[in-house]
Amino acid sequence: MSDLSYVRKEMLSQQAAPSTSVGVIGWMRENLFSSWLNGLLSLVALYLVYSVLSAILPWVFHSSWTANSLQECRQQISTAYGPDAHGACWAVIRERYLQLIFGFYPSELYWRPILAFGLALLALAPVLFTGLPRKMLQGSLAAPFLVPWLLWGGSFWIPVSAALGFVLGYVAFRVVSSLAGSLLGLIAAVAAAVIWWLTLASAWVGVMDGVIPLGIEAISSRNFGGFMLSITIGLVAITVSLPIGVMLALGRQSNLIIVRAICVGFIEFIRGVPLITLLFVASVLLNYFLPPGTDFDIILRVIIMVTIFASAYMAEVVRGGLAALPKGQYEAADALGLDYWKAQRLIIMPQALKISIPVIVSTFIGVFKDTTLVSIIGLLDPLGLSNAIRANAAWNGVVWELYGFIAFMFFVFCFSMSRYSMYLERKLRTEHR
Amino acid sequence: MKKSVFLGALTVASLVAGAAAAATLDDVKARGKLNCGTNTGLVGFAAPDANGEWFGFDVGVCRAVAAAVLGDPSAIEFVPTTGKTRFTALASGEIDVLARNTTWTFSRDVDLKFTFVGVNYYDGQGFMVPKALGVTSAKELDGATVCIQAGTTTELNLADFFRVNNISYEPVPIETNAEAQQQYLAGACDVYTTDASGLAATRATFEDPTAHVVLPEIISKEPLGPLVRHGDDDWADIVRWTLNALIAAEELGITSANVDELAANPTNNPEINRMLGTEGNLGEMLGLPADWAVKAIKAGGNYGELFEKYIGENTPIGLARGLNAQWTDGGLMYVPPFR
Repeated sequence: MSDLSYVRKEMLSQQAAPSTSVGVIGWMRENLFSSWLNGLLSLVALYLVYSVLSAILPWVFHSSWTANSLQECRQQISTAYGPDAHGACWAVIRERYLQLIFGFYPSELYWRPILAFGLALLALAPVLFTGLPRKMLQGSLAAPFLVPWLLWGGSFWIPVSAALGFVLGYVAFRVVSSLAGSLLGLIAAVAAAVIWWLTLASAWVGVMDGVIPLGIEAISSRNFGGFMLSITIGLVAITVSLPIGVMLALGRQSNLIIVRAICVGFIEFIRGVPLITLLFVASVLLNYFLPPGTDFDIILRVIIMVTIFASAYMAEVVRGGLAALPKGQYEAADALGLDYWKAQRLIIMPQALKISIPVIVSTFIGVFKDTTLVSIIGLLDPLGLSNAIRANAAWNGVVWELYGFIAFMFFVFCFSMSRYSMYLERKLRTEHR
Repeated sequence: MKKSVFLGALTVASLVAGAAAAATLDDVKARGKLNCGTNTGLVGFAAPDANGEWFGFDVGVCRAVAAAVLGDPSAIEFVPTTGKTRFTALASGEIDVLARNTTWTFSRDVDLKFTFVGVNYYDGQGFMVPKALGVTSAKELDGATVCIQAGTTTELNLADFFRVNNISYEPVPIETNAEAQQQYLAGACDVYTTDASGLAATRATFEDPTAHVVLPEIISKEPLGPLVRHGDDDWADIVRWTLNALIAAEELGITSANVDELAANPTNNPEINRMLGTEGNLGEMLGLPADWAVKAIKAGGNYGELFEKYIGENTPIGLARGLNAQWTDGGLMYVPPFR
């Protein structure tokens, strides 16, 4: 064999990547300084971030947690960090965080809202996460009755009687629909439940209280405040508006002219009015129409208004999802011989709702943040309470600390909702892209 | 058809309202609690503490009424109201008495159908400017930018004042007092104008209060007082004379400290005796127990004690008595005799 010295006989050992394209330097070259323009913009951006942080961070950390008034805060900060230091007076949060969270709820009963919201989360868990055992859903059915009872208290028989209304309605539906068809069955069910709630339920509660007095201390709505109020309103509005919104969206596309007219009228009317107007109707106008002494709870009125407002928006969101579905899906459902409700439940809605997830969750987040509007009608939600706290001579003048805390709490809730929606989108991504 | 149903419902509602309003005292007694409309938060006048208890100068009036009627100053449900919701809350019967630094004006009294039972604080609109501006009188404010709460009577007073003095200004409308403080401190406006009591409270919160001065001009009359619905004069009398009892107590030297003693041992002063129920039957005339005034005074002290405790010169707000002194000291607090 001739001597082919130009052919390499042994493999070169693998070399490390050049130091300029790995590690921190490589990452920076690729992401921050890939061209001279990008490099310049990166430097400007870094300077902006630095100047914002260098203004805010000393304020956040040169703070006082122990003072009992704003004046004391200022003294503590100037003795600790020099006379020119400006620091946050977090002491107001230390003193008032329970009030900002629970409002005027009696402090020895804080376990009740905590337990109530824990139960609500537990009940929502099997709905939100399909990995959990389906049997938990049966437990979820009890939550709508237990949660309000824990929050407002009173006789244990009130939630039981409310639940009995549904049981009666179900029984009436089964009996009448087997005799006279499902439409009459539905009417009978609604009639039975409404008659029970309006006439017999209160008497039954009275009787049961006489036989077995079982109850917890009643808390009036006036004592609700802070984040507890926001979460109560937000939770009800969010969980109730989705089913109502789906129904309204379906009604709007229905061929039944009266159903369609009612749904269109409701949606357009509610969407055409600002939420703040509805809140004023709830707090002011209803007071004139209802006879004085009717104890129609102000928070209940607000919850109803926020819920119907959210439902109208939800209906349009779901309609958008329905409109995005190819016509072939509807025709396929018909071709399979499915009736209307089965087609909706098995084919249309799962796809329409999946398309709408990002918008549905944004609507939820919007509704939750809109609950702060109730401060305008005198309910002490976190923003209303921040004003009430400032009205104390000791804390008059504290602004950023309170708003910062409230903003942080809202961010935690809204960010969790947004992360959940992204999780759901990833999980439901079935198309091949 | 729909209209007639609506009108019918309205008539029924107003009839029921009339019937219910006729006996506020009975309602309050049956409920065992006084529903008191208060501010959602105003320094010195109404604010909740960390335990959720309401305190303040206006709140003190409500507590006195609750003590006089129910014998317990804590038998109160406080209903925080905003400037927008306060009148409907009172008119609809949601609250029994509104003690929310409300200015007594003609249209509120006559047109909105309320009865102002008296005045617990004589306020007036003033101006605050930074000392560095070198202004000593509001008449030197030509061309100034003024921070003002939109939609209040202060806005109208301000326009009147500048027009009368033929000088110009530029309004900076703001929504709340807290926002006004921030704007004023940030230099968005040269002048902040609102009720003088509010100015004092605001100035007290500044890091350096001495760098700001409240100008001497008071450009409006703002008599603030509790009010009730038209149509139940018995109830109005109770609230009016409870307030009067607090003011008269100061004049007569009755304090929360000595009221028990004065009530136990009738004095030589027949007016004190009549007021405290050891002589005559004033309580019975009001439909209240004989010791109604004793309870009212014990709730938070007499008028002077309330003033000193919540807004007086030893508090951060530091208001002088001024117009709110007794008439014997050159003020306007002058109550009819207890006879």
